[in-house]
Amino acid sequence: MNEPELKQTILKMLKKVAPDSNPETLQPDDNIRQVLEMDSFDALQFIVALDEHLGIEIPEEDYGKIDTLNKLIAYLKQNMQKG
Amino acid sequence: MIEFTMPSLGADMEAGTLCDWLVKPGDKVKRGDIIAQVDTQKGLIDIEVFDEGIVDQLLIKEDEKVPVGTVMALIRPLGEKAVPTIEKPAAVYPVAEHIRASPLAKRIAAEKNIDLSAITGTGEGGAITKEDVERAAGLKLSAAAEKREQPADSIRMAVAAAMSKSNREIPHYYLETKVDMRHLIDWLASENKKRTVKNRLLPAAVLLKAVAKALAIVPELNAYWENGLQLKNEINIGFVVSLHKGGVMIPAILDVAHKSIDEIMALLSDIIPRARNLKLRSSELSASTITVTSLGEGSVETVFGIIYPPQVAILGFGSITEQPWAENGMLDVRPVMHITLSADHRATDGQTGSRFLNELKQQLLKPEEL
Repeated sequence: MNEPELKQTILKMLKKVAPDSNPETLQPDDNIRQVLEMDSFDALQFIVALDEHLGIEIPEEDYGKIDTLNKLIAYLKQNMQKG
Repeated sequence: MIEFTMPSLGADMEAGTLCDWLVKPGDKVKRGDIIAQVDTQKGLIDIEVFDEGIVDQLLIKEDEKVPVGTVMALIRPLGEKAVPTIEKPAAVYPVAEHIRASPLAKRIAAEKNIDLSAITGTGEGGAITKEDVERAAGLKLSAAAEKREQPADSIRMAVAAAMSKSNREIPHYYLETKVDMRHLIDWLASENKKRTVKNRLLPAAVLLKAVAKALAIVPELNAYWENGLQLKNEINIGFVVSLHKGGVMIPAILDVAHKSIDEIMALLSDIIPRARNLKLRSSELSASTITVTSLGEGSVETVFGIIYPPQVAILGFGSITEQPWAENGMLDVRPVMHITLSADHRATDGQTGSRFLNELKQQLLKPEEL
């Protein structure tokens, strides 16, 4: 999966978790949860969706490393290479 | 014969519109079965039956709006013989002799309560056809749909009505305490390390369990104020779910005292998306015996709630923030959470509230024992 495809997959999952939000307007360095007004329940649903779709289990201590689109894409790419 | 009535789904509900019957006369029903869908200010709600028996008669027609308490159906208990009943004739518009309409058009007009004299026929010699009646019925429906409020607006109005009633009628008192959450956060992190992503716990599940345990020790706050204080045996916690488009829904997490933290988490995972999609069951909207509002991380530190009548208390959990913490003569920085209690002064006094908050605090300091 290349970077644009990965980004599209992430946006689709965000839309599913927070259907009333507009993930497509997210800027690369926006804080995802703040901009999309996601609470801790939405955030956990998103982490579960990432695990189900991409097979990447993100530990709780890494939540701080994936708070923007840029950081999340970099994190996922790195872990997909490892896998 | 058991009377099945339009349920009250909260202090703010006065009436509901029957959208669909999901059963027909002769069907067997048991406790917990969903037998109808009713449109309320809180969305389309699945209505459950609380008795076992055979559906005898459906008394209310679909699209009919009736007040809370109206008998909607009769259910015959199992073993009781059916009594032949005379069907109540449906209200029909009188059909004037001079109106030319096909028999089928007349029948559909009677069923749908359409006034034939207001329809211009397009059939032979100006006779009203089935299609004419159906077109008129469609116009009637779309006019009704236009009148219907948007869900977000109606939820706002429902919240407004309940909160105004509460503020008018309930003399609130407010208490606050602070808890050092360091141990609970560490415990939760170590628990979640052992779990798959899908089974991870959120702090809310732990908070609800701690509330139930504290209520078991101080039961006066798990009650209704209805002609005096009525303690409730089951602890059903109404959990405030904020809707992304504004407004809140407060589904009940039932019998929390007898559920494990994992079971509470599973219930939250099921009920929160349904609350946000306005897809709750009637019991989930009417069974709460106390309310909990948790603002979650990144929010303000303190929230003082307004009681949802006829309940007598609401608990507010603020965001966990790092704060200076003095203990044993030493100053440290700890993750701290403010907990507030708004309680009905007709039902309890500050001493009871204080006892409850101290008990809750103790529960949160020993999460491994919850």
